[in-house]
Amino acid sequence: MSNDQTPEQQNTDQDQQMVDLAEVEDTKLEEKSKHSYSQGQLIRRRFFHHKPAIISLIMLGAVIILAFSSIGFGAVPGWWDKHYQATGSIVDGGRPMMFQDGNFLGEHPFGQENVGRDYFAMVMRGAQQSLIVAFVTAVVSSIIGIALGAIAGYFRGWTESIIMRLTDFVIVVPTLVFAAMLGHIAGGSVVMLGVLLGCATWTGMCRLVRAEVLSIREKEYVSAAVAMGASPARIITKHMIPNSIGVIIVNATFAFVTAILLETTLSYLGMGVQRPEVSLGLLIEQYQNAFSTRPWLFWFPGLFIIIIALAGNFIGDGLRDAFDPRQRRSGDSRPSIAGVLGLRGVQRAFRPKSDVGMPAAGGSGGAQLPAGQNDPHGDAKRFGRKK
Amino acid sequence: MLKYLLKRLGSTVLILFGATLLSFVIMINTGDPLADLREMQSDNVEYLMQERIERMGLDQPWYIRYWDWLSGILGCFGGSCDFGTTMTGAQVTPVIMAAAEQSLRLVFVATIAAIVIGVLTGIVTAMRQYSLLDYLVTFFIFLFWSLPVFWAAVLAKEWLAIRYNDWMMEPHFTWTNILVLATILAIFVPMVLGGNAKRRLITGGIMFAFVCAVLPWMNAVNFMTHPRLGPVIILIGSLMLAAGFTALIAGIRNRRVLYSGLTVVALGMVAYYATWNLLQDPPGGWLFLGAMFVLTIAICVVIGRSMGGHARGQATAVSVLTGALMSGMILLDHFMYHWPGLLSAKPRPVSTIGSHTPTLDENFWVTALDQMTQLWLPSVLMALLSLATYTRYTRSSMLEVQKQDFVRTARAKGVTERTVILKHAFRNAMIPLVTIVAFDFAALISGSIVVEQVFGWNAMGNVFITGMQTNDPAPVMAFILVTGSVAVLFNLLADILYAVLDPRIRV
Repeated sequence: MSNDQTPEQQNTDQDQQMVDLAEVEDTKLEEKSKHSYSQGQLIRRRFFHHKPAIISLIMLGAVIILAFSSIGFGAVPGWWDKHYQATGSIVDGGRPMMFQDGNFLGEHPFGQENVGRDYFAMVMRGAQQSLIVAFVTAVVSSIIGIALGAIAGYFRGWTESIIMRLTDFVIVVPTLVFAAMLGHIAGGSVVMLGVLLGCATWTGMCRLVRAEVLSIREKEYVSAAVAMGASPARIITKHMIPNSIGVIIVNATFAFVTAILLETTLSYLGMGVQRPEVSLGLLIEQYQNAFSTRPWLFWFPGLFIIIIALAGNFIGDGLRDAFDPRQRRSGDSRPSIAGVLGLRGVQRAFRPKSDVGMPAAGGSGGAQLPAGQNDPHGDAKRFGRKK
Repeated sequence: MLKYLLKRLGSTVLILFGATLLSFVIMINTGDPLADLREMQSDNVEYLMQERIERMGLDQPWYIRYWDWLSGILGCFGGSCDFGTTMTGAQVTPVIMAAAEQSLRLVFVATIAAIVIGVLTGIVTAMRQYSLLDYLVTFFIFLFWSLPVFWAAVLAKEWLAIRYNDWMMEPHFTWTNILVLATILAIFVPMVLGGNAKRRLITGGIMFAFVCAVLPWMNAVNFMTHPRLGPVIILIGSLMLAAGFTALIAGIRNRRVLYSGLTVVALGMVAYYATWNLLQDPPGGWLFLGAMFVLTIAICVVIGRSMGGHARGQATAVSVLTGALMSGMILLDHFMYHWPGLLSAKPRPVSTIGSHTPTLDENFWVTALDQMTQLWLPSVLMALLSLATYTRYTRSSMLEVQKQDFVRTARAKGVTERTVILKHAFRNAMIPLVTIVAFDFAALISGSIVVEQVFGWNAMGNVFITGMQTNDPAPVMAFILVTGSVAVLFNLLADILYAVLDPRIRV
């Protein structure tokens, strides 16, 4: 502390007192908040405390590892010995053999389709293809969207109006239609399909980034950068994009989910991934009529789509909560067993009326209170939050 | 306002023009319309190719082809639309008109259903924030959001159509069904209604007893094959509606409002008997019913305004809402009356193919019922698709508005909770919903392509997909133009409504 070097002799006692006081205050503060965190640490902490997002992250990771390690990718062989195009003799009517006869996976875990191809290998291959398309689409659409959005927001004027008119087409021409027209020229290449779908879906990201950039543009540090002679490219890459990274990451996650649903839908309609290649949507299209006879052919690809999309949505939700502390879920409490059975607040209900702290809580006014209204800290939290 | 409108209209037309130009160029450059002929082995292939090139103008540069197409469309302003011809020479215009009628019906029904259900769910979850109900609804909303619609459609076909039809062969509820349903409702309804533990137990108990009484009664009167509401249920239902709306909008102690609601109920019952015979075969079908409905609403407005006194506005709202829902119940009763007629003509009521049964030749009610049974599966699926948007939106918007100063002020000055929620919070939370509807509409049209394909509807989706598969620009462009115009129109309407509803937006 700078106070230590106070020269006047007569004031030493007083100074010493002040220093002690400051130290006490410091310790108090430290006790209260333990550590201080950087912005990134705060975001990471918030994200890792979001349970659904973490569970989803683990699920998505597991699906990706399973899809790529099982049948291998490219030249790298996987641990599953059957090829997705190899036919074989049909065992047990092609029924799934998972968890049967004491085996974990068995001979054909997801069963076989009508010419005896191993359905597990097919679904894994389909999942690989769908994941690749979705990933490439998300990356391409994000890059185009960020670039055009930042340019539109930074330069304004006619550049902006041209780019924004382009994004207006999204209202006019539904994404699926655009994607179908572009997907036409992919010609069987999965990566190419991803790139083309990315070209059809960048408008959402573009709008959001532009809105962010428009607000950052008015900040003092941007004016400072301009005054120091920074080029537009530098301002955009060093100031605009890093400061809108939250919006970008959250929407890239949602773009991934949209892309996986778009790809499977297109493949289902016969306009995306083409046979003999497999994709999750294509598998459902091929075997939808087998639902009454061999339902597993229909269930497995659908379940994989749902797991991937649901996980993506929850991760996106968790990221949004993490990046946007204004939407902090304070007062959030998990419902207890009593709450599940509709028995929350039993004591209060059967207590004599004079005891009840808040007379309105049981009536219509109770509807507004957060679930944690029973605990004594609830009130403080609630009123504290209103500031 | 007029200047703003014209400006918006102008930019709308420009956007539509740009979008069609872009799509046209992409369309004619991404596929080969002669692909099927190139694979043909017959002798006159050369001639066929030449003929198709002539007809479609494949030897012309793109701007001439676009202009040809556009001049046909511009004819719409002169009164005769021409959407061009397909590659085989068939006219697109009549096809697209018939298809558009079916598709738009589907999208409208789905949108309305999604808005009503989504907004209600959103309000309830916002009021019960962080309760189990909130978490459950959130989870299901995320699930619907992640659901591949074609996959869900196959499931719906199996469970909601085929299994239902099997069940309708001999419909009755077993005691297991009844108990399971009663238990689910006994848990779920108190979660929605809320209140303290005592109140929850009571509502749960009532719900359980109610289901256990009603379902056996339905078995006893063969409700599933011969359903009727009958005057008694209509009367009780409308009385409850009148009382309920009064309680919601004005408070039950406001007698003037209550009486105007009750008057509407009395008049409605008179009208029910008076029009029964007339409505057995309504001249002019839906138009006549629509006219009757407008008349009903007009009468309700008159009642509300004349009886309301100082609470004129609230009385009008209550009487109009009661009148509208009571007409709905009367309409439902008429449909129920003709349900056995449909069952005899079509023993398996929900079929999974097509938008109507072509062989059906019955009266107005049975035909309408047939269309409804065909419509119900696709529209449920499409409603699920957009339910997520509305629920999440309403929820966050309600929570946002409740933090605002004016809501706190309203509470502080002692306004009742009902008024705070309905008048201060809800109204302001709902204003931006208008723009969401416009955006969602375009997304739903995408969804309708898939749903129509799964359910074998010969509608817009089919026109588009066949066009895409054969690389035929005319049908695809017709699809884009029709859906685009509707979406743009909605967007325009949304902007105007937004400006009218929210005076903070300066026009």
